[in-house]
Amino acid sequence: MAGQTVYDKVWSDHEVGVREDGESLLYIDLQLLHEVTSPQAFEGLALNHRPLWRTGANLATPDHNVPTERRSEGLAGIDDPVAHEQVVTLDANCKAYGVTQFDILDKRQGIVHVVGPEQGATMPGMTVVCGDSHTSTHGAFAALAQGIGTSEVEHVMATQCLAQRKAGNFAIETTGRLSEGVYAKDLVLAIIARLGTAGATAHTLEYRGEAVQALSMEGRMTLCNMAIEAGARAGMVAVDDTTLEYVHGRPFAPVGQMWDQAETYWRTLVSDDDAVFDRMERFDATALAPFVTWGTSPELGVPVDGAIPNPDREADPVKAESIRLALAYMGLSADQPITDIQLDRVFIGSCTNARIEDLRAVAQVVRGRKVAGRIKQALVVPGSGLVKAQAEAEGIADVLIEAGFDWRDAGCSMCLAMNPDKLGPGEHCASTSNRNFEGRQGHAGRTHLVSPAMAAAAAIAGHFVDVREWI
Amino acid sequence: MRAFQAFTGLVAPLDRANVDTDQIIPKQFLKSIKRTGFGDNLFDGWRYLDEGHPGQTANERQINHEFVLNAPRYQGARVLLARDNFGCGSSREHAVWALMEYGFDVVLAPSFADIFYSNCFKNGLLPIVLDEETIEKMFDAAQSDGLVVSVDLESQTIVPQEGEAVAFDIDPVRKRKLLLGLDDIGLTLAERDRIVEFEKKHYGQMPWLPGARG
Repeated sequence: MAGQTVYDKVWSDHEVGVREDGESLLYIDLQLLHEVTSPQAFEGLALNHRPLWRTGANLATPDHNVPTERRSEGLAGIDDPVAHEQVVTLDANCKAYGVTQFDILDKRQGIVHVVGPEQGATMPGMTVVCGDSHTSTHGAFAALAQGIGTSEVEHVMATQCLAQRKAGNFAIETTGRLSEGVYAKDLVLAIIARLGTAGATAHTLEYRGEAVQALSMEGRMTLCNMAIEAGARAGMVAVDDTTLEYVHGRPFAPVGQMWDQAETYWRTLVSDDDAVFDRMERFDATALAPFVTWGTSPELGVPVDGAIPNPDREADPVKAESIRLALAYMGLSADQPITDIQLDRVFIGSCTNARIEDLRAVAQVVRGRKVAGRIKQALVVPGSGLVKAQAEAEGIADVLIEAGFDWRDAGCSMCLAMNPDKLGPGEHCASTSNRNFEGRQGHAGRTHLVSPAMAAAAAIAGHFVDVREWI
Repeated sequence: MRAFQAFTGLVAPLDRANVDTDQIIPKQFLKSIKRTGFGDNLFDGWRYLDEGHPGQTANERQINHEFVLNAPRYQGARVLLARDNFGCGSSREHAVWALMEYGFDVVLAPSFADIFYSNCFKNGLLPIVLDEETIEKMFDAAQSDGLVVSVDLESQTIVPQEGEAVAFDIDPVRKRKLLLGLDDIGLTLAERDRIVEFEKKHYGQMPWLPGARG
């Protein structure tokens, strides 16, 4: 028998059975819940008088539309009545079904994809789902983590299973190491720029090789987080010492003899030497430059020392038209250098880049400098209450506030602007988030995706600069 | 879920690639705790010139007459013709709910994003993958004289009022569920014993899992 990939192993350890029609029933170890995609699922359960299959396999926190100011007021701090109702509904559903929730006033509240790993609720080899496409984040732990729609959320609530067919195996093979000032975010933006946003459709990515092994868990989470932006079903990284050191000692993690038992299993979660991948792409990390997206799809990114492409030089007419539409929306011109793009706001946060390591990278750039006068707002939104507390304890918050950044409470915030944090029409934003779609960060807003260090340097300069020259 | 029935309907062409679910239904409308009420806000950022908010009625809005779905000739369309990677991005099922509530029963494209594709089948929207050449011909027809097609899932065919029938592929499981309007959860719960049996073994082997506490 041919060797197995990490995906093959986790899949087969969770396959309840294969139906006659070839579809598998896949057991789900953990469902993460938030306020936006769960209410209709809970309602469906209630309408059909179905119980929650396994209460302990669920964990909830509100994140998408919680305000990042006036947190001490709790629910009363949510001015928008529609958002308020949604958060209240999550509270009520979690109480009714006995689901553990870190509510708006809990110091452990935060972005669901920051909270799961931080609590040790995400462990190697698990199957994880959430009604959110960025669930792929948890794959950094060699977990099979998939974003699902609300009907599937309800399906998992009621049955603890997903019915699906297995995806293909796609290896992202890296060589070399990222240089100083270049981060996991730059690597994943480069990967997406090459693969395209549909490049990994119907596949699970495994990020492998030297550059990935050298990354911290935070960096690996950034890589896996944006697997969905290449169209992948999931993204994964094999287990190694870095994985186990991160999980050890966290609240949900096993201890003592059970840890030893778990570790023995977790150590097997690496792809076999003779594992077969359906597809493979190689990336050399050595010469990679910081990346900046200029358009309205995550695939429209170029190195910071590059320029915006010219649609007249694009042979494929559909692609050329996409470039023209993106340039018109972004208010940019073909062949314009990236460092010429003037910025209005900066957003540092999101499930992609709001962990402690990200904030340390920001502080390293910002220390002793000031936010440029033309920047209307430089927002820093930690990924969780605990990340916020740690950043304050490490003095990071002081450095940022001193420089003129706006230091907020945890949530998804301006990544998707469901809460009050948003761009104004036409404003350009350097953002550490994951999507630059039209209107994503606010009606007619213009998003440029970058690493935290690049966003920090852009906040200081007022336009994009190559952060490698600053550190 | 409602069963999918064969129909004859008008095709509306949406001529751009990588249409993401943020465009299909923008985030401000996701605050609803219901599965309905999204049709008026389908493609909100393109359909209207002003910024939309939950609770508005369509007649309070500034219509963008340049947007294809606002053209009089495409009113009442039941088939949306799209480009590559339709439905990419966010997993929001609200995108499917909005398309259906607006009146679409079928989306035709050269390719779809995975999560959106899966979400369609949970609600009775039929996403059909066709080759680039066929899609291109359909764009030509829909943008010139107009295109009306009969879609039959049973026989897996699309028949234009003028021209040749086009066959399409579909997963037989999904086809059956759609034709019968089957409840996925009910089907899985019929396998309850198998799941319970699996759990015994699974939690025995991996007692550290959060679900092990019940």
